[in-house]
Amino acid sequence: MDNIVFKLNNIGKVYNENEKNELVVIKNLNLEIKENEFLCIVGPSGCGKSTLLRILAGLELPTEGEIYYRGKELKKPTKDIGMVFQNYSLMPWLTVEENIALGLKFQNAPKKKQKEIVDEHLEMIGLTKFRNSKPYELSGGMQQRVAIARSLANNPDVLLMDEPFGALDAYTRIQLQKELLRIWEKHKKTIVFITHSVDEAVYLADRIILMSKNKGAIEVDIQVDIPRIRDRANPRYAELNQQLLDALEELNKDE
Amino acid sequence: MLENKVKRVISFLSPTIIPILFIIFWDLAARKIGNNAILPQVTAVAKHFININDNIIGIGTIPKNILYSLVRVFIGYVLAIIVGLPLGLLMGYSRRVKGALNLFISLFQPVPAIAWRPLVLGWFGVMSVATIFNLDYGPTYAIMDNFKLSMIFLIFLSAFFPIWGNTMFGVSNVQEVLVESALVLGASKKDIFFHVLLPGAGPNIMNGLKSGLTAAWSCLVAAEMLPGSMSGLGYLISHAYELARMDVIVAGIICIGVIGALFDGIYSRISNKYFSWQRLVR
Repeated sequence: MDNIVFKLNNIGKVYNENEKNELVVIKNLNLEIKENEFLCIVGPSGCGKSTLLRILAGLELPTEGEIYYRGKELKKPTKDIGMVFQNYSLMPWLTVEENIALGLKFQNAPKKKQKEIVDEHLEMIGLTKFRNSKPYELSGGMQQRVAIARSLANNPDVLLMDEPFGALDAYTRIQLQKELLRIWEKHKKTIVFITHSVDEAVYLADRIILMSKNKGAIEVDIQVDIPRIRDRANPRYAELNQQLLDALEELNKDE
Repeated sequence: MLENKVKRVISFLSPTIIPILFIIFWDLAARKIGNNAILPQVTAVAKHFININDNIIGIGTIPKNILYSLVRVFIGYVLAIIVGLPLGLLMGYSRRVKGALNLFISLFQPVPAIAWRPLVLGWFGVMSVATIFNLDYGPTYAIMDNFKLSMIFLIFLSAFFPIWGNTMFGVSNVQEVLVESALVLGASKKDIFFHVLLPGAGPNIMNGLKSGLTAAWSCLVAAEMLPGSMSGLGYLISHAYELARMDVIVAGIICIGVIGALFDGIYSRISNKYFSWQRLVR
């Protein structure tokens, strides 16, 4: 029996309800996310995938339906559900080290323990040398590494990632994908990863969901059956990639 | 090598060129006019700084008057920080509090401090630090009586608005993503306030403190022109005007300018040291 981490029942999200500029972002969405699953959500801009992730994080509440995290209704953010934002989410006045320790500080962890965990995570992301640097002294890729380390240092149960590599150049992006997989294999967290890149999804995910602009409906929900580390030259990889791209094109045609 | 050295010397000297030209021009003009009541000669002003311990126009030395002014500004400024900073923080943090208070406070913002003079006089009269603490007559009373509530109130008002406004702006303009990323790390409301909003607003708060001090210092003349004033740079200037002593007025103006610039320089230094992240963040 797989453990269900998230269960979403008929979730709906409407902004400015009952007003002239009412905007339905998500309607009647049902979703279950299993423990240790690496789930990628792919969809065109404005399909509601970021809103969905924010609902999973507890940063926003659905206007309809219920969301359960480990059997309990989710009402607000918790340290058990970590999130990595697209960019510029590090505290610019704190050093790399202090940023990674931030969640531990909120938990009032003992100083010695904080240092141990920070050291371990600095090593993991290979930025020990930069522990006293400020975020603006780092490249975009390094900043995102720190953001990932900051989330993981809190030892969350789930890691939500909102296009975390979207603003990076292609090479850095591939490097970070590899690193993320390595970290995931080691810690075995449940990851929900948002991307607009089909290739990124096929490379990373156990399961891929395709959302359409049509009120955030889930149009495709597939398991990726390619063993890791995935080879982009693998025919099955290319086939899956093509299949998803075709499906996306179909979705865009509908509008 | 040599070229770099020359460049360094030039960049060091360049801010002094215009003031020197200005002084030369001033002195030439003063000699041409030949009337100290219109434009005093440089030497007439300079002698006040050379003989710095002379009693000027019967109200004491320049350093003594500077000291009185500094203490007044300091008292008003500290009061403005005590009121303006927490109020700005609260109003930046809570939309409800801001909604309730913002209009009211903003109504007073455009009113120049000097417009309050008649009211302030009516309220406080010649009350001073000496009278509110009920000091006995004596040397301490004589000193403390220089710090009139009316002056302190005007200085407080001038300093309050920049401090309050910048703090509020700073807190409400902290990037939403920083607040959210703290929330998903398990931050409490208190954590958000002390570890995100307060440091995030730091550069703006600093800017407010700096503008507040400048404003407080600039309203000195207006404040020290109030009845009952017997000392301070502002009083020095207004009293010298009655005696048509332009040389003293110019000396007073120079003191106000130099000290104001010093304040500014100190704050800029602190800003650059502790809040450089703001300039460097995209």
